[in-house]
Amino acid sequence: MFLVLACVALTSACVTQQARYAWGSYEDLMYVAYIKPGTLTREAQVEKLEADRVAARTANKPLPPGWHAHLGYVYFQMGRADLARDELTAEKSTFPESGTFVDRLLANMAGPATKSP
Amino acid sequence: MSAARHRGWLAAVAMVSLGLSGCVTVAPLDYSAFRKSPPRSILILPPINESTAIEGTYSYLSTVSRPVAERGYYVFPVAVVDQLLKENGMPTPGEMHQVSLEKIREITGADAVLYPVLHEYGSKYHLLSSDTRVRVSARLVDTRSGVLLWENTGMAESGSGNNSGNFLATLIAAAIVQAINSRLDPSHAVSQQANVLLFGTRTRELPFGPYHPDFGKKF
Repeated sequence: MFLVLACVALTSACVTQQARYAWGSYEDLMYVAYIKPGTLTREAQVEKLEADRVAARTANKPLPPGWHAHLGYVYFQMGRADLARDELTAEKSTFPESGTFVDRLLANMAGPATKSP
Repeated sequence: MSAARHRGWLAAVAMVSLGLSGCVTVAPLDYSAFRKSPPRSILILPPINESTAIEGTYSYLSTVSRPVAERGYYVFPVAVVDQLLKENGMPTPGEMHQVSLEKIREITGADAVLYPVLHEYGSKYHLLSSDTRVRVSARLVDTRSGVLLWENTGMAESGSGNNSGNFLATLIAAAIVQAINSRLDPSHAVSQQANVLLFGTRTRELPFGPYHPDFGKKF
């Protein structure tokens, strides 16, 4: 019995606890976009992520670090600079650690160079 | 009856030693550098891929934000960082790993950079079964001082058609909170298990960061 308990203790030490953040499809979408390019449009990604945002609010869980900036970047690639700016600003206000990075992204977006699709 | 009981004990001992070999790989890590300058924010680069599976690079990258963020750190958006580095003349992880810490700090403000290396990634197919194995190591480096703050290795495997030897992997797989998405390849799920050990191995775990409720309680 003791040994069984010891085993459970050892394994549970290795196991992730209940997630703090509402990850939704953030990492899965990233996987599909990289590994199966062309199977997922930006519009479909945005639709999924926006649905995740609603689900996070319902579950009363925060969105993970990087989430807003990631969505903002997809919006930027779609030519939606207004929505991109909103998300980047949200990233910075939720996670001040992102400030330097977000300011740089915002500056790049405002710059004369326009992104290729 | 007594023989059966004996076998039961043997099984229990085997279980514990499996647990140990899974959780405790090498010598305890020296945390003095980490304690001196604990990071708040971590920039994760795409892994150097030493395996033969090209898809491993970005399949792995899409599993690593979650465990680091859940341990309490600000994790920069890995795909945005990857894209930005590519646009700035670094098309491969090899080149990205060469960027100076000073430059990374200037551009992103990151306290530390995580450099993963994928040593093994993928499946081997046998006559009646297949094994999927992921072995990854990672180094966490302070962007101000260049000092190594933390490093570890994690390995996980899963098999089909043959369960022997995959006891720990099965246990961990069963306990992982996130449901494994069937659209993804098996190595992707095994990467998640490898990360559990990479970041959570006792005596070598990545300490909890400022967003974790247990921040500062250990180490």
